[in-house]
Amino acid sequence: MDIRIASQIAQTHLLAKKRQTLVAMLGVTFGIAMFITMISFMQGVNQFLEDSALDASPHIRLYNEVNTQRPSLIDQLNPGNFNVVYHQKPKDELARIKNGIAIAERIEKEPGVLGVSPQVATQAFYNNGPIQLSGTISGVDIERENRLYKLNTRLKSGSLRGLQSNPDGLLMGAVLARKLNVRVGDKVTVTTPIGSTRVLRVVGTFGFGVGTVDNTKSYANLSTVQEMLQKDPSYITDVHIKMVDPLQAIPFGQRLRAMYGYYTEDWATANTAILAGEKIRNVMTFVVSMTLLVVAGFGIYNIMNMTVINKIKDIAILKATGFDGRDIIAIFLLQAIFIGFSGGLLGLLIGFGLSYMLSITPFDAGDFLSLKTFPVIFDPKYYVMGILFGVITTVLAGFFPSRKAAQVDPVAILRG
Amino acid sequence: MNTVLSAQHVNKYFYDPEKFQVLKEVTFTVQQGEFLSIVGKSGCGKSTLLYLLSTMDTDYEGEIEMAGTKLKGRSQDFLSHFRNEHLGFVFQFHFLLPEFSALQNVMLPGLKLGKYPEKEVEERAMEKLRLIGMADYARKPASKLSGGQQQRVAIARALINDPTIVMGDEPTGNLDRANTENVFEIFRGLAQKGQTIIAVTHDPDFAARTDRVIEMSDGMIIASHENKVQ
Repeated sequence: MDIRIASQIAQTHLLAKKRQTLVAMLGVTFGIAMFITMISFMQGVNQFLEDSALDASPHIRLYNEVNTQRPSLIDQLNPGNFNVVYHQKPKDELARIKNGIAIAERIEKEPGVLGVSPQVATQAFYNNGPIQLSGTISGVDIERENRLYKLNTRLKSGSLRGLQSNPDGLLMGAVLARKLNVRVGDKVTVTTPIGSTRVLRVVGTFGFGVGTVDNTKSYANLSTVQEMLQKDPSYITDVHIKMVDPLQAIPFGQRLRAMYGYYTEDWATANTAILAGEKIRNVMTFVVSMTLLVVAGFGIYNIMNMTVINKIKDIAILKATGFDGRDIIAIFLLQAIFIGFSGGLLGLLIGFGLSYMLSITPFDAGDFLSLKTFPVIFDPKYYVMGILFGVITTVLAGFFPSRKAAQVDPVAILRG
Repeated sequence: MNTVLSAQHVNKYFYDPEKFQVLKEVTFTVQQGEFLSIVGKSGCGKSTLLYLLSTMDTDYEGEIEMAGTKLKGRSQDFLSHFRNEHLGFVFQFHFLLPEFSALQNVMLPGLKLGKYPEKEVEERAMEKLRLIGMADYARKPASKLSGGQQQRVAIARALINDPTIVMGDEPTGNLDRANTENVFEIFRGLAQKGQTIIAVTHDPDFAARTDRVIEMSDGMIIASHENKVQ
């Protein structure tokens, strides 16, 4: 009952000064709208950078690091003495992961793993007529690789099927293909480091938007690359792993290292700079948004303070006729909450509108990046955060003037 | 007749700019249905006494008891509720809420008390406005009313909860002769129905026609005499 009278009085006060109410509301509206736009855009940029970096690289890469450094026999037997050994040949060590296919299958069964792709990666020369370019070639099971990297969305021409139906198919990085001047259906001679050559037919081109990949990499069938390297069908050099939750990759990678004794590299280590940039941008977004909201809060504080001072006679009257401190606080706090809530809602709408307009604004990022408009994320989380911030700021800004109102001494006012 | 108000040895000090005793050992009682006026020169402490009786000023020594309730040392919330239920005020300057209509101004204390549903409070408020001759102006915003009209609405507001005691600080101070007469008759009628009226006034004619006059000087009651029944 009391809250109904309080809200009725609050409503009358707000309606009596429509322009002042509107100005206070617009302060909140502007703050929240900017908050929504900024955070949606910043997170969009973060997501885009993360995606373009992470999409092209595995969450965890399991590989065997070939270490050619080894102590000579005499050093082992006689350590610390003056030993001289000339021209020691490195030991012939294979980059293979022993039992790689079985390891991949076991990892695939672990919980939280999205996909695993065992593969053979090697350096290669690509020849087309007189043009010779160096790059890498990965022998993969294309279905598994597709699950990890969504290759079908990265295709610029051709199809993934070509690789499955043609054992001598080659899926080539788009920039590499352009440099070699080959298109789907053309033949390319591939030379491996051990000297073997093989003619492969281009069945498709792909682009990740990451120069180092699109410039150098090609995919072929796993068995084809194994044959080119004259290795057996169990020869695997890398196991690429994607997790459902990228953050789980770090502890999971450490566990794999302990379990199988091979080197692992997780995406966080491989992309430290991107992650640091993301953190800094997040902090920046929040600082700017909070500043806007605090400014809006001070605006409300000022207006509420003015209202309380203007209404000091009314407050004295209300108190004299039996309204207590809590009623007075309710009357003024309700005004602040109304301003915060309606201003906030309007802010969400305008913020959504601005974000939407940004998300359809064309943005020419060049040929490399798969980006046609500004990256914007629409996440309900930000809108909930925005309205919460808005209401909390206004309640805080309204609380102190309301408390001041509740402490008004009616005698001092009524006696004049 | 029941005693509805008793003040025992009330002392009150002002501390600003220096300690000064405004009320000295004020002791008196008021019976139910009495129409009492307090008179005295400016600065004699009569308004101060009224605000003590109004329960809004709690900084005093001594005992004040109203409607059977001791009021010393009560919480602000208790006193607010007590005022709402038992006391009605009419101030020297009209003091309505300007954004609200005359009717709403009268209704507010009634809604706060919550004794009757809103519809009934509205009917009662209209009845009070009719009593005071302001029914035609019920829907007008308070800020559009003249000083005298506002004062009359303020009297209606003081009556909405049928208070035990109606207090007035110069209740007719802003009114012309005709309206003063009108207000006086209303007070007289209320007193006859058992409500108690306490009015601080400068107007000797007004005071002369009340049941009893308490005369104050320098913070003390110097005389208290009953008027002849008219």
